[in-house]
Amino acid sequence: MLLIECPYCGKRPELEFSHGGQAHVARARNPADVSAQEWTDFLYMRSNIKGVHAERWRHTHGCGRFFNALRDTTTDHFLVTYKAGEPRPTAPKVGL
Amino acid sequence: MQPFSGLSLLRRGLSGHRGWQPQWRRAEPKAAYDAVIVGGGGHGLGASYYLAKQHGLRNIAVLEKGWIGGGNTGRNTTIIRSNYLFAESAALYDHALKLWETLSQELNYNVMFSQRGVMMLAHTVHDVHTSKRHVHANRAAGVDNEWLTPAEAKAFCPVLNIGDIRYPVLGAALQRRGGTARHDAVAWGYARAADSLGVDIIENCEVTGIRRNSQGGVEAVETTRGSIRTPKVGVSAAGHTSVIMKMVGLRLPLESFPLQALVSEPVKPIFPCVVMSNTVHAYISQSDKGELVIGAGTDAYTSYTQRGGLHIDNHALEAICELFPMFRRLRMLRNWGGIVDVTPDRSPIIAKTPVPGLYVNCGWGTGGFKATPGSAHVFAHTIARDEPHPINAPFTIERFRDGHLIDEAAAAAVAH
Repeated sequence: MLLIECPYCGKRPELEFSHGGQAHVARARNPADVSAQEWTDFLYMRSNIKGVHAERWRHTHGCGRFFNALRDTTTDHFLVTYKAGEPRPTAPKVGL
Repeated sequence: MQPFSGLSLLRRGLSGHRGWQPQWRRAEPKAAYDAVIVGGGGHGLGASYYLAKQHGLRNIAVLEKGWIGGGNTGRNTTIIRSNYLFAESAALYDHALKLWETLSQELNYNVMFSQRGVMMLAHTVHDVHTSKRHVHANRAAGVDNEWLTPAEAKAFCPVLNIGDIRYPVLGAALQRRGGTARHDAVAWGYARAADSLGVDIIENCEVTGIRRNSQGGVEAVETTRGSIRTPKVGVSAAGHTSVIMKMVGLRLPLESFPLQALVSEPVKPIFPCVVMSNTVHAYISQSDKGELVIGAGTDAYTSYTQRGGLHIDNHALEAICELFPMFRRLRMLRNWGGIVDVTPDRSPIIAKTPVPGLYVNCGWGTGGFKATPGSAHVFAHTIARDEPHPINAPFTIERFRDGHLIDEAAAAAVAH
């Protein structure tokens, strides 16, 4: 089970969280002007990165807040977690 | 290729099983092929077989980054059924089921296909409604599926506990034509048959790039064993499809998750069928070796680790112990994970891509094994003719843009 550091509550077991998919997928500010292909990209297309991946988590059974994380999908190791709205940090080097 | 027969088995058996030849050649990559399949699982090997057998493409290769059948083909719980809700899916999965029924003869290789029946349990009023809807939809589409009362379910699988549990069994949908097959034999059988038709099966050969010509079409694949020229590439790479597609700048509606399974110590024959429950989330059958084969769920997060958290297996075992109290004392031998590529509507993509000469067969999510022969057959057609077979025509990438989803989320093997 993963140990996930909520930026508000600290380290908690994975079972307290829900995974929210790829992070930084911005909804169009003017939805009426967006083409079908742009909607498709927003709704369905995902980078599905093998490596360092930015993703959303929600501390469902804790503070209930969304936050973002950088995680290596080849090791499941969390590099950093950060608050929603903050820009994606540069991935810190970590020794395993 | 040495053909198998009762006589050849008897003769080799009496002489200590010496003199068997390797089932396929250890091929070296050539400089150029007419078509290349990326991914040496059942779907990819099968596609190469049908390309050679039915479409006359003999100068082709299957590239596998590990060993054949070492990915999801060797990691699934081998359940085969075709009782999907929508007409498009029922047609695709039943096409596969019909091919399963003659596959051992077709390949001259015993894939141990056993139509022991797949029983899907209903535990709530909502389950009963959706299961009956499936039964009726399937029967209207010509796919066998029948509704059983709790007592009939118990008669079909005597070790099943139908009452006195948190989610009592209120009935079940049974597909008698469903069952299991030996997963390794499927990969080996297709590999052997494709090899005998001239297909090069190249293991330990990972694709690292796709080169395109001035018109944007596929020209060559770059691999860890050198560059291979080819005008056609069929990608059948399951959980790693997004990684391959990134090489040509394409994103697909896919996310890769670990899906786990486990087996018990082997015991004498006790379990006569396949039982699955989407509500309490358990899948179980018994292999011919005697192990109980148990399917667990996907982890919550995307990953390429082929592991996943143990609490996922624990959850499946809790459900198994409720439904089959006599298995409480069984020890589990091992567990493992496979990386499954999941689409938003839980239906696969078997289609051309925007890149000329590049074809993709992916998005099988948690239930690709059952479709292996059908998927391989229509994918070969799509590659050879540069247009889809009528059966896979609805399974495009563009369905997500055009709103023609084939939304099997409710019918898929895992509760979402």
